[in-house]
Amino acid sequence: GKNEYDLLVIGGGSGGLACAKEAAQFGRKVAVLDYVERSPQGTTWGLGGTCVNVGCIPKKLMHQAALLGSAIKDAQHYGWNIAQPVHHSWSVMAQAVQNYVKSLNWGHRVQLQDKKVKYFNMKGSFSDPHTVRGLTKAGKETIVTADNIVIATGGRPKYPTHIAGALEHGITSDDLFWLKESPGKTLPSFILYVSLECAGFLTGIGLDTTVMMRSIPLSGTNTFFSSQQQMASLVTEHMESYGTKFLKRCSPTKVEKLESNRLQVTWKNTDLGTEETDSFDTVMWAVGRAPDIKTLNLETAGVKTNSETGKIIVDAREATSVPHIYAVGDITEGRPELTPTAIAAGKLLAQRLFGQSSELMDYDNVPTTVFTPLEYGCVGLSEEAAVQCHGSDNVEVFHAYYKPLEFTVAERDATQCYVKMVCLREGEQRILGLHFIGPNAGEVIQGFALGIKCGATYPQVMKTVGIHPTCAEEVTKLHITKRSGLDATVTGC
Amino acid sequence: SVQARKEDKPQKAMEVNGLTPVPHSYDYDLIVIGGGSGGLAAAKEAAKYEKKVMVLDFVVPTPLGGSWGLGGTCVNVGCIPKKLMHQAALLGQALQDSRKFGWQFTEEVKHNWMTMTESVQNYIGSLNWGYRVALRDNKVTYENAYGEFVGPHTIKATNKKGVEKLYTAERFLIATGERPRYLGIPGDKEYCISSDDLFSLPYCPGKTLVVGASYVALECAGFLAGLGLDVTVMVRSILLRGFDQDMANKIGEYMKEHGVNFIREFVPIKVEQVEEGTPGRLKVTAKSTTGNQIIEEEYNTVLLAIGRDPCTRKIGLDKVGVNINEKTGKIPVNDEEQTNVPYIYAVGDILQDKLELTPVAIQAGRLLVRRLYAGATRKCDYVNVPTTVFTPLEYGACGYSEETAVEKFGEENIEVYHSHFWPLEWTVPSRDNNKCYAKIICNIPDNERVIGFHVLGPNAGEVTQGFAAAMKCGMTKEQLDSTVGIHPVCAEV
Repeated sequence: GKNEYDLLVIGGGSGGLACAKEAAQFGRKVAVLDYVERSPQGTTWGLGGTCVNVGCIPKKLMHQAALLGSAIKDAQHYGWNIAQPVHHSWSVMAQAVQNYVKSLNWGHRVQLQDKKVKYFNMKGSFSDPHTVRGLTKAGKETIVTADNIVIATGGRPKYPTHIAGALEHGITSDDLFWLKESPGKTLPSFILYVSLECAGFLTGIGLDTTVMMRSIPLSGTNTFFSSQQQMASLVTEHMESYGTKFLKRCSPTKVEKLESNRLQVTWKNTDLGTEETDSFDTVMWAVGRAPDIKTLNLETAGVKTNSETGKIIVDAREATSVPHIYAVGDITEGRPELTPTAIAAGKLLAQRLFGQSSELMDYDNVPTTVFTPLEYGCVGLSEEAAVQCHGSDNVEVFHAYYKPLEFTVAERDATQCYVKMVCLREGEQRILGLHFIGPNAGEVIQGFALGIKCGATYPQVMKTVGIHPTCAEEVTKLHITKRSGLDATVTGC
Repeated sequence: SVQARKEDKPQKAMEVNGLTPVPHSYDYDLIVIGGGSGGLAAAKEAAKYEKKVMVLDFVVPTPLGGSWGLGGTCVNVGCIPKKLMHQAALLGQALQDSRKFGWQFTEEVKHNWMTMTESVQNYIGSLNWGYRVALRDNKVTYENAYGEFVGPHTIKATNKKGVEKLYTAERFLIATGERPRYLGIPGDKEYCISSDDLFSLPYCPGKTLVVGASYVALECAGFLAGLGLDVTVMVRSILLRGFDQDMANKIGEYMKEHGVNFIREFVPIKVEQVEEGTPGRLKVTAKSTTGNQIIEEEYNTVLLAIGRDPCTRKIGLDKVGVNINEKTGKIPVNDEEQTNVPYIYAVGDILQDKLELTPVAIQAGRLLVRRLYAGATRKCDYVNVPTTVFTPLEYGACGYSEETAVEKFGEENIEVYHSHFWPLEWTVPSRDNNKCYAKIICNIPDNERVIGFHVLGPNAGEVTQGFAAAMKCGMTKEQLDSTVGIHPVCAEV
């Protein structure tokens, strides 16, 4: 064709890279544009997108660092002679994490090279529906034309710009993982899973951490977690007993820098109607992410976005309002903001475009996990959504408070370790949703997500013999219903 | 209060038996011989249906004089203490990792066996106590006495002091489980210990020789090495007989790389005491199975883990005509756990051709009782029972091994998908790249149904449980492929 490439992908993150590499497998001429605009604090990073650089990967590694802190405490109960308390060095951790991330950046570049995908470290914007202008940091321009274009530019953290000093003095997750020095006494603000996860591991490595929340936990524009009230409460309850401070129903009004270089935060306590202040070393905003479309020039291409969210509107084939322009990942309207869905969607898209496939991405029953100190994994509908969808008479909720065996000797509090299964009450009792709070929640949920994809029913899970002793076996033993009102505490053996 | 399952609608006991009311000439409706996983589950279930139940539990002391309380093997000398000591070993590894994640301690951390063992035993004690309370609360009569049949419907119970009592019951459930086998060589009973002794050993075992290649042998060797002890495993032929050999070898390799010594194709022929003590010093003489070579070596402790034998030879089964397999001692039962004597049933490790697992015994016991007293028809499902071996690198499995699948379905009908993976948490501490491994075995003609699942990696039990549920739902490769992964966890592989 007259276009230079069969496929141009704008955005080298989870979705973009997966799509590009898959397309290259079909022998297509593929190019990827990736560019990281520096954060207001000046942070930038390499190829790989949010997940690799400022998302899942560094988050899980720092979460692991925090978990190891708990392990050190447990170890003493199990006979290890280690003098407590043990202190943590941010810079040792950060360097190790950052080195690993850089190795992934490198790995991605090598993979693109191996698959003969052309990579441009350039910021892309549309000149016309088939033409994208790429600009390097230095201002050098390259024009790229392609038959098919996939937009996968993801999102970036929002700033609450209405709060004085927010932009100048606050950081976001974009910066947190790249800090060379400890953030010290930190205030991650507002409640989203990002905020809770970061607050969780910061507390775990010994930092004085406070979460300021305007209203309820895990709410917000990301509706994925907005209806998991019970689970959100359990998670935050645990964090409170773990040492994270919560300032509930408080809204920051301004952030000022003090002479000592610390930050003074002023906020309104909506319950008491008072104004309060405190000083912190770091203020981190986790108020949501905005789709990265500003400089794309979508109007020139004719690509429509949702006026409220700014996200690109796509159909079931990931196609935008312009037939040959597609979008995958966090930038798309109505999709979960998760790496594996972006990857799967990107791959399937490439298979539909260049392979003989017609398989569409299934966004139903996508499992996910929040990596708070006590992890929360789930798949399917929340209890609230199930009741809304089917009516409370038609929904049965089985639940249990359990105690992980490993907590016993370690004398750890298992109050919030909890599992619930939401099922249809009649018929074969199909499982609508499964929710698990406890250690290794992601590992527990993954296989059950598979089961739900196969249409698993309550009787089928009950027929499955448990593996003993694990936490996951509690799922196969669920028998107390919420409806019964009985105490749901179960004993292990 | 327990949700009625479709197949198990409770009915009046009278209607079930279809006879005249329960004969009052018997002391009990049901006598359970053996207070372990299967026995206790059955007893508590029967009490729910207002049956008069007695449990006889008695622990014949080990050759070295060890004994324990109510609860059976799992609670006292099996799953529970095993997993806790495995956890202690994992925490040792966590301590090492934690330095790479920024935790600062310079000293080499040593382990104190007594601290660990005391904590573990305290926890077990609480479980023993819990069981006694549970039986009392359920109005189940419990006697710490050795039960043996003396005639039809009649059992003799002998307590520790030698006092004998006779009891009669309409039905009996044999759930006496097993005890470790000894080698039958000079010095074995006098100087060697078994898993029955290990978990309450009042001194650190020191330099240990583990004889055997069962999962018991490998799990014990694994955690002993993890606690810092010098461990050698003496193996007669292959590792983990009956398990997927590909996986078994990987487990062995990993243990070798992590400091466990293996002596292959040798069997001990003599154990002599060199020096008394806690621990003492023992000299072991071993002979090659392939030639005439003799080796000698000194150890502080010799742990025998060569297999377990059912406790069926001295309980008077001949007096009531219950058939046992003369060679193995196991009891053959039909698919309703009934022996050849209609009023005598059996569950748990003593069953012929069934799995020796706690959850299987529990489920079999409960379902049996529901069939007997609640008009249920559901039988224990022994197919696709998942299991996990808690070696240093854990192994979770469900369904067919590769060998058995090929044998049953033919190589051309089997497809094996596999992958090595590197848990994210192991990257920063640079641990064991490419050791973790997962494979699924599919039956091609049957829609590529997944008939075998195997995973080698951390938290293998948590990972495997959900997949077992999915296999119960008949999961196919396509469904597995279309399930989105949770990121970043091991299970997403």
